[in-house]
Parts: sequence; structure tokens; C-alpha cells
Amino acid sequence: MSGGVAGTFGRSTERRHRVREGRLLRGALIFGALSFLGIFLIAPLVTVFASAFAKGFGAYVTALSDPETVSAIELTLLAAGIAVPLNLVFGVAAAWLFAKYEFPGKNILLTLVDLPFSVSPVIAGLVFVLLFGAQGWLGPWLSAHDVRIIFAVPGIVLATIFVTFPMVAREVLAVMQSQGNDEEEAALTLGASGWQILFRVTLKKVRWGLLYGIILCNARAMGEFGAVSVVSGHIRGETNTMPLHVEILYNEYNFVAAFAVASLLAMLALVTLFIKKIAEWAAHARSDAAERAPLGEHSLSATVGSTPS
Amino acid sequence: MTVAVEDMTKRFGRSDGAAAVESASFSAREGEITTLLGPSGSGKSTLLRLIAGLEEPDSGRVLIAGKDVTRVSPGKRNVGFVFQSYALFRHLSVFENVAFGMRVRGRSEADVKARVEELLKLVQLSGTSARFPSQLSGGQRQRIALARALATDPAVLLLDEPFGALDARVRVELRQWLLEFQKKTKVTTVLVTHDQEEAFELSEHVVLLSEGKVVQTGTPHELYDRPKTPFVASFLGGANVLRGSVRFGMAEVGSMSVEAPAGTAEGASVHAFVRPHDIRLVKAEPEEDSVSVARVERLTRIGAQVKVSLELADGEPMTVQMSKVEVDSIGIEAGDRVLVDLREAKVFVEDYSI
Repeated sequence: MSGGVAGTFGRSTERRHRVREGRLLRGALIFGALSFLGIFLIAPLVTVFASAFAKGFGAYVTALSDPETVSAIELTLLAAGIAVPLNLVFGVAAAWLFAKYEFPGKNILLTLVDLPFSVSPVIAGLVFVLLFGAQGWLGPWLSAHDVRIIFAVPGIVLATIFVTFPMVAREVLAVMQSQGNDEEEAALTLGASGWQILFRVTLKKVRWGLLYGIILCNARAMGEFGAVSVVSGHIRGETNTMPLHVEILYNEYNFVAAFAVASLLAMLALVTLFIKKIAEWAAHARSDAAERAPLGEHSLSATVGSTPS
Repeated sequence: MTVAVEDMTKRFGRSDGAAAVESASFSAREGEITTLLGPSGSGKSTLLRLIAGLEEPDSGRVLIAGKDVTRVSPGKRNVGFVFQSYALFRHLSVFENVAFGMRVRGRSEADVKARVEELLKLVQLSGTSARFPSQLSGGQRQRIALARALATDPAVLLLDEPFGALDARVRVELRQWLLEFQKKTKVTTVLVTHDQEEAFELSEHVVLLSEGKVVQTGTPHELYDRPKTPFVASFLGGANVLRGSVRFGMAEVGSMSVEAPAGTAEGASVHAFVRPHDIRLVKAEPEEDSVSVARVERLTRIGAQVKVSLELADGEPMTVQMSKVEVDSIGIEAGDRVLVDLREAKVFVEDYSI
């Protein structure tokens, strides 16, 4: 069996070599890609950290421990902390619905789920202002009951949920559709209840897709600017999230503080990518193992053949 | 009677669409393998899924162990289902796969352990309990799927094209293994297949389906020797079809004449089905000028058998199968002229078009 595997690998590298012919072209492509990456990705990333630490580590720490900055970080964590779990539940429920059931209007609903992706975040923010703002439809009723949504924390949370809600659903749905329904049907014939199928089979099956969806959802929730900006009102220490705070600090020429907060967001992005890579790798390792298995067929079939009655 | 289906109809999609299964009825024999045989699209898998409760019928009943289970959920029907794709839980070990049905029923750990070990021994895969499905070969996965389906002592085992995804050699071995396994366990089994060889080898009770309907039920011999419809005749054994009409009580098909069914009207159009191995060939003399002379187009050798492709006097093709020894003794070659002698033909009066 190991011989078979080695043989397969040998063949595929050979094929790759042939494709690689034309060294000049290859060199040009690599150079082009690297310079593009350097200018548009690496340089900005380095700049963020360089500017954040321009006046030393002490200044960096001082900038981050400013009460208004701490409050912005807290608000961002709060918004993500509410939006991500809600999206998790909604996303799994929606993906389950779309993957397992047929119903009239399914395609329309599926398109609507993507609306937050296709609509500009500023419009998303405005929608909430029109709904809940002082001049909005529900504004008078809300102010009569002393509930503040716009220019307050609830508005920020709502806007965050709105812009992130397709992320988990989309990821999980893609995985569910690619894996089919067989395992669920098997569980059903084995006597599992709906909840047992969900927790023992479906969620386990889609766990890497789910993790990936959560990571992306979290990254978007923490980094969202447009929609949150519209509903926030930019009240320092109250309704400023990290991205909004970065803008304010920057506009005040407080570059070290602005880049210090920005560096946190950049780190979040790096961690997100890192976890995403691990999730992909883990999912890939599984499918690799599944593909390799048929090679064992011949050596193992002997056992079947020698079956005594 | 362990499993019976009564007058089952199932349509997919729009209500005016063709039925996947139409007024199908059959019963499986207790302690034996019953095969549902038919070409793809004949509704055999749908029928199996209807028995398991994975599809809901538009009308008709399913009886398991004498009880009407048509409205009972799949998990409570007491069936074991084995999918063509195996459908093993990829995130669970072999042990947990087999244990699944008992776990969701809340059986004790000791019970589960004992039963799983017993089943793994039964399917001869005791050493694999810690492995994951992705680490097993196709044949092994299929046997684990079988063990999993049997774990809850089902009244009936339903197998949907169980060997369909395996390569030819493993398929033949596993088929033999299943036959012995079934004899040992005596579990009532309904198996779906499109492969007549598989159906004939595995069971004495074959239900033949076409376009959602049960067309004939019986032993392999009955189906083969006494086909009730042209479909059965052509589906089993790859028969040659000859067209013709009745004259003086004989069906004249192509250049030959065979006995017509009793009571067939004079002049009626008929189809005769002749199996490739029910034809005898004799080398024609050069001066022979009979209508039964055909020309040998091609000889194809498959092991000890030879497929002889003929062109009849009226230009129609015909396939004859004979042993290599026979071919050698007659001494025919491509381009030769031969006399065709039909040893047996099944004649159907027209009402059917190919």
C-alpha cells in the first residue's frame, strides 16, 4: 500500500515538472506576485506596526490604556460577543433549513440572506436610523418608552448583526451541501431523533466549516466600519468601536494611538487567517485520508475472499 | 410475512409528473434475500426508501412484521438500512459507528460494548474498531455499514445497491460473503440491484421492476424461462429482437419461422425474443440460397465464450453466443455465410415497440 502511495506522488511531481518549464516566465510571475503583495499587503502591515511603535513600547502601552481606547475595545468585544453567537445559531438554523428542506420561495429567501453582503454597509446603517432614529418609524414610540437604539450601544450591536449575518450561514450551507444527506438519513434509520441527528451528526460533520464561518464572522464584526459609523454617533467613551476610534484618533493627528489601536485590529486579522489556515488544513487532511483509502482495496480484499462460512 | 408493500405509489415533484413508483406490491420472504431488480430509473431504490420511511408514499401501505408502519417514522420501523455510499459517520470511529443505534436508544455501556464486539466479529473486522471510516477500504466500509444496520436487531435489512461503488473483483467476493453471512444470520433482507447476475446469485425471490411498476415476480428460473412481458425477455439475457407477423399459425420473424402463441390472430404483428445462446449456427454451403443465411460480421472472444455478430438476410443484426470449442468445431470466421437455427424463441404479440 505504501508503494502505491509513493507511486502516485511520483507521478504527480513529474507532471508538475513539465508544467514548470519556461523558467523565465515563472520568474517573472513570481516577481510580479511578490512585488504586488509587498506593495499592497506587506508594506501597509509593516507601516501599521512601525507607526504604532514609533515612539517606543511605553507610548504604545500608554495609548492603549487610555480610558477611551479601552472603552472602544470593550464595546467592540461586546458587539462581537453578541453578534457572533446569534449568528452561530441563526447560521446553523438557516443552513439546516436550506440544505435539508424544499419549500416554495426557497431561492428568494436564499438570495435575501445574502442581502447584507450586496448592500453597502452605510445603507445598512441608514436603514436602522430610518427605523429606530428620532425621525424614524419607531422613533417616537421608542423615545416615549425611553429606549435608545440609535447613537447608543443597541444600534451598534444591531448594525453588526446585520452586516455579519450571512457569514456563518453561507459557510455552513456550502459544507452541508457538499457532504449530502446520507449520514443524516443513516442516523434517522438507526433511530436518532432530530436533535440527536443535529448534535451527533450534522454539527460534527460541518464543524470545520462552522469554525471558519465563526472566525470570518468575528473578524467582520470587529472590523465593521460603515454601518456602525452611521448608527454610532461617535460619542467618545460610549459608542465608539475600535475602527471608529482609529479614525477619530487619526483625525486628531494622534498617530501613535491611532496605529496602536489599528495594530490590534491587524493582529486580529492575522490570527483570523492563521486559524482559518488550520481549519482548512484539518478539513483537508480528512479528505486526503478518504481519497487514499481505495488504494488499500486490493491488499485488503484478500481478507474478504478467504472468508470461512 | 415480514415485509410487504401494498399498492404503493410515489410521485416526485409536480403531481402530474410520472410516478417513481406506481401501484407496486410485493412481499419479502422471511429469513431470505429478496432482490428488487430493474434498470436505473425503474423506481427500485425509491421503493426501498419507501419501506424504510425515508420517503413518504402518496398512497399505499408498508407492513413490517404484520404491522402497518406507513405513518411510522424511520427510526421506529425496526429496519436496518445500508446505503450505496455506505453513509458511515466520518467523524466517528468504527466502534462508535456500529454503536450509534444503541447509543441513541440509551443502551448501557456494557451492552453496547458486547454487541459491537460481537458484530465486528461477525463481519470479520474485529481489529478495526479504533479506526475511522476514511482508513478503511470500500469493501470494509460496506461491511461496517452492515454491522451498524444490524446493531439494533432490525426485523428487516434493506440494502440499496450495496456493491455498486466497489470494483468488479471485490464486488464478486463480497457478494459471496453476503450470501454466506445471510445464511448464518437468517435476517430477512431486501436488496436493490440493477445487476441481474447479482440478483440471480443472491436470491431465489426476484421482484423485477420497470418504470415504477412491478412487472414480474418469481425465481430467477421463472423470470428467465417464462418472461411475461417483452420487457422482461429483453432485460434478462440481452435477447435479440426479431419483428414479423403470423402466417398459418407460425410467427415469421425476419427470415425464420417459429411457433406463435396459441390463439394468435392470423396476420398479427409479433416480436420474437431470442437469447444469444439459444441460437445454433451451421456453416452454409456456397450454393445455399435460403432466407436463413446470415453473414458473420465479427467474432469477439471473451474468455471461453465467443460473441458472434451476424447480419441477417434482411439486414437486421443478431448476436449469438457460443463456446470457443463450438466455434472451432464449426470453423466459422468473419465473412462466412452461416445458416441460423433458432432453438428457442419467445414470441409476443405486438402491443409494444422498442
